[in-house]
Amino acid sequence: MIHFVLLISRQGKVRLTKWYSPYSQKERSKVIRELSGIVINRGPKLCNFVEWKGLKVVYRRYAGLYFCMCIDEDDNELEGLDIIHHYVEILDRYFGSVCELDLIFNFHKAYYILDEIVIAGELQESSKRTVIRLMSAHDSLVEMAKEQASSISNMIAQVTK
Amino acid sequence: MALSGMRGLSVFISDIRNCPNKDQERLRVDKELGNIRTRFKNEKGLTPYEKKKYVWKMLYIYMLGYDVDFGHMEAVSLISAPKYPEKQVGYIVTSSLLNENHDFLRLAINTVRNDIIGRNETFQCLALTMVGNIGGREFAESLAADVQKLLISSSCRPLVRKKAALCLLRLYRKNPDVVNIDGWVDRMAQLLDERDIGVLTSSMSLLVALVSNNHEAYWSCLPKCVKVLERLARNQDIPQEYTYYGIPSPWLQVKAMRALQYFPTIEDPNCRRSLFEVLQRILMGTDVVKNVNKNNAAHAVLFEALALVMHLDAEKEMMSQCVALLGKFIAVREPNIRYLGLENMTRMLMVTDVQDSIKRHQAQIITSLKDPDISIRRRALDLLYGMCDISNAKDIVEELLQYLSTADFAMREELSLKAAILAEKFAPDLSWYVDVILQLIDKAGDFVSDDIWFRVVQFVTNNEDLQPYAAAKAREYLDKPAIHETMVKVSAYLLGEFSHLLARRPGCSPKEIFIIIHEKLPTVSTSTIPILLSTYAKILMHTQPPDPELQNQIWAIFNKYESCIDAEIQQRAVEYFALSRKGAAVMDILAEMPKFPERQSALIKKAEVAEVDSADQSAIKLRAQQQTSNALVVTDQHSANGPPPTVPAVGPLTLVKVPSTSGNAEHTSEGQALTQPNGTLTKIDPQTPSEDLLGDLLGPLAIEGPPGAAVQPQQNAVSEVGGVPSAVDGAAIVPVGEYSNSVQPIGNINERFYALCLKDSGVLYEDPYIQIGIKAEWRAQHGHLVLFLGNKNTSPLDSVQALVLPPAHLKMELSLVPETIPPRAQVQCPLEVLNLRPSRDVAVLDFSYKFGECEASPSSSSEQISSAYISVCRRVLSSMEISFRPPLKLQEVVRGVRPLPLAEMANLFNSFRLMICPGLDPNPNNLVASTTFYSESTRAMLCLIRIETDPADRTQLRMTVASGDPMLTFELKEFMKEQLVSIPTAPHGPTAPPTPPVAQVAQPTSPVKALTDPGAMLAAEWSFEDFGLVTRKKSVNGSFLVLVMDGQSLASFRPNNKAEPNK
Repeated sequence: MIHFVLLISRQGKVRLTKWYSPYSQKERSKVIRELSGIVINRGPKLCNFVEWKGLKVVYRRYAGLYFCMCIDEDDNELEGLDIIHHYVEILDRYFGSVCELDLIFNFHKAYYILDEIVIAGELQESSKRTVIRLMSAHDSLVEMAKEQASSISNMIAQVTK
Repeated sequence: MALSGMRGLSVFISDIRNCPNKDQERLRVDKELGNIRTRFKNEKGLTPYEKKKYVWKMLYIYMLGYDVDFGHMEAVSLISAPKYPEKQVGYIVTSSLLNENHDFLRLAINTVRNDIIGRNETFQCLALTMVGNIGGREFAESLAADVQKLLISSSCRPLVRKKAALCLLRLYRKNPDVVNIDGWVDRMAQLLDERDIGVLTSSMSLLVALVSNNHEAYWSCLPKCVKVLERLARNQDIPQEYTYYGIPSPWLQVKAMRALQYFPTIEDPNCRRSLFEVLQRILMGTDVVKNVNKNNAAHAVLFEALALVMHLDAEKEMMSQCVALLGKFIAVREPNIRYLGLENMTRMLMVTDVQDSIKRHQAQIITSLKDPDISIRRRALDLLYGMCDISNAKDIVEELLQYLSTADFAMREELSLKAAILAEKFAPDLSWYVDVILQLIDKAGDFVSDDIWFRVVQFVTNNEDLQPYAAAKAREYLDKPAIHETMVKVSAYLLGEFSHLLARRPGCSPKEIFIIIHEKLPTVSTSTIPILLSTYAKILMHTQPPDPELQNQIWAIFNKYESCIDAEIQQRAVEYFALSRKGAAVMDILAEMPKFPERQSALIKKAEVAEVDSADQSAIKLRAQQQTSNALVVTDQHSANGPPPTVPAVGPLTLVKVPSTSGNAEHTSEGQALTQPNGTLTKIDPQTPSEDLLGDLLGPLAIEGPPGAAVQPQQNAVSEVGGVPSAVDGAAIVPVGEYSNSVQPIGNINERFYALCLKDSGVLYEDPYIQIGIKAEWRAQHGHLVLFLGNKNTSPLDSVQALVLPPAHLKMELSLVPETIPPRAQVQCPLEVLNLRPSRDVAVLDFSYKFGECEASPSSSSEQISSAYISVCRRVLSSMEISFRPPLKLQEVVRGVRPLPLAEMANLFNSFRLMICPGLDPNPNNLVASTTFYSESTRAMLCLIRIETDPADRTQLRMTVASGDPMLTFELKEFMKEQLVSIPTAPHGPTAPPTPPVAQVAQPTSPVKALTDPGAMLAAEWSFEDFGLVTRKKSVNGSFLVLVMDGQSLASFRPNNKAEPNK
């Protein structure tokens, strides 16, 4: 099971955190501090796994961004690595050649997408197409709501409420 | 780049990005938080859009690592918004910001449920996602049925069902009872026929969790898993979008193979054959390719297949094929594959008959020990450690030693420990062992624990042939310019004992040895100096005929340390000096140490425990993790837990249930009583129905008497012993519910309690399954206690519950006790104690756990409830500014005292930290002791006790107690009286064959009653000088006051006295 997912920039800035096991706020910051220290300082061409406190951290670097995922010791490490890459490919397809800035300004989108891929620390959907389709459905729902809100009838309803 | 569409949010993020440093960033964040706070306060003016925006900002700030301690309510309230955009934000921010233990989540349960059972598909998805990510127990109980319905509903789209599957998985992890096995197994099997790969993947994850807990129930799913695997392996009916780099859903393949690993074997030959075909295809058909991603995916499947093959213990041919593959992997360039190759080879060691083929790769593995990647080095070390046996121990240990000098810091400790264990376990001869350990100390002294060098000393002492060799080796190391302190210790010890065996060799005369050891003295710490002093004494003793020059030198050293501040050093210096003047008599005293009794090495013991753990492997570990059992639910799930899972219906369960259910009911109601804000213990009384045996037992103990009241006759005398203000932190334990199948405690629990009254740490309770230790530290009235709960078994203990019932004068907070203690593990539970006022009441530790008894009688499961009584109190020291008169000063003649030599009584007082102040009273038959008692109401309070004994009749004495607080005086007096009278009763208390609990309560009360005999209360006609005596003494000896002001300085004062030659 995945215990948490972290996106950390090379400078140690946190871009996304998602916790599937209960960690208190204090523990969360401690974990982030410790792990970013370990992961960022690992050289290139080393393996993608770090043993950490009886768990395993699977990470992979994409440009200046580290995608880290903490799994159980006896979980399949490469499976975790595949999930990371799967996530990245979907981000890439959704944003159209994704870069760190996309994830900074649209961090909420990154959360939506992650929720479509992983639930309860397990992979939910392995088809990129399905995820993208769902994402665009979300987006259109939001757009629709926005249009409704700005329609004249709605404005009148607001005022007279 | 798609913009967020929220200008305010984008602006804020840009601002943060533009901050030149952390301080500026904090300023900007604080400003924004202030802004959000004011906006939220005035909620009416907020449009849904604004609310959404602020909640996102909060999440962003939270993500940056700042504390966001408000606004959680707003995030949660968005969940109930009617429109999709707000609802979506509410769900996602809530699930990122809060964790399952958060109170606000409870408020949302109803809304979430409405979304789940409602007809809006998108709302269902949002709700399922959030519950799947952060749902806790309460969610499990109220939502599981609805989620289950969605999962199997034929009208739901796959989109909803796959989320429902994982949501159910989460709820199952939180409370396994929510999935009812009877009705569910068939549905689960049906789910595996699913065509949609998304739903199938999620369902397979659910299945893995279910079978990891109880594979028996899910046999019918086994062939389906094999079918799924076949479907994937043949690429039948797999939509293009589900192939990942040309591989049909590698994730689903991995999960299906994982599920199969939880079934012990596959019996159906057809099924087995088709599975092996698939596995064979995977093993043969996977190559290392250039594309990293394809490589990763293919090997994810391959390594899972390897694990499955190992698990199924396939034919020898297939096994050797696996080893060959792994051998190839550990030599490839790709680091991930190398890492996994080593890891899986270590797992492979569990399989019989392949060790020899693994050994062929030893050279390659040793190379991996020098890999640039620490993760890989760790794996290599583990593997080398696992594959070591007598045949290759010498090579491997020497490699490890060689590597030690270059190994990085993070690994040295593990490395040296492993080398030490291997050297001891597989030593071909003992001199090699000594060599190895000495090298180890030389290269990594910081990481060599005392255990290791103690072990060398034991071996050398017990093997005469080894002694000259070891001494010579030790002598060699001393020639090195800078050696580790541990090396100084071990070589000084060895040379002290055995250097005379070297006497004829060059450089080994007593004098030379002394000089070379003494050179090291300035570099060592105080813990080593005593060892050196002993060595000097032994050298001196072995120098025959005596060498006056050496003698003078050593005596000078002894003289120097006679006034050392460290008590141990001082004592040794004084004693050795005195002894070395006694001539021939000293030969006996300083003779060689006798042989040590044969004992198992602490290291090997440690290693064995670790091996048991790893042998249990993943399945059991997973089981322990996922088993978050509920103490109130006794039956199925706990039987499902024990390895032989068939629990015959009524027989054992009725037996079991009697103690457990009543006991559990007790716990909960007590728990509730205690959680009430002003809940004192008296509130517990109503829930002790008189017919309930347990209730009867716990009831009286829970009674809370006014602290000053006379001894409560009902109160358990055992707890009385330690339950006293001036008692040291003590504890006693009495098992409750001695049913035919309940556990027998090991050792006399009363004695344990009594012993703990006199020291700060020790074992409180022990039975064949669990050991409870306690350790206490006190600072004034604040106590920090740690309970150590150790599971002694290879299977987990479930439903662990510990409840502390504090008496009114103690405020106690026990931190959360985990529900499950994993096999062979020890958990620590800190317990904070605050002493409010003096009283002798003891706290009670109510402890229960469940253990499925597997090996002994597979058909029955047994259950234990034990209660322990902890007492916690504290005393310390004194001075005397107050003029004492009753009730501050009380005097009493105590009769029926157990005759005790004065010195022993003084020891007893000292062990209660009532510090005896020798020489204050001119009468040698009297004792004067002082202490400071700390509590919230009295603060630091000085107490004085004077005992006057009658040498003609040791069974009576007169005791005078004084302090600044009448209650304290009374309680202290009563306590000491009990101590002096009831000492003999404690050790004879009933235990070994546990008698009925009622007897336990009744028996010890008799001596206590005797105490309250009014005739014993004194109408003193003795001419007793009161504490004026002490005050006078104070003026005579000005240093006295200082010395008794705190325990520390007194403690360091005492050894000084002790070091004097006996009076």
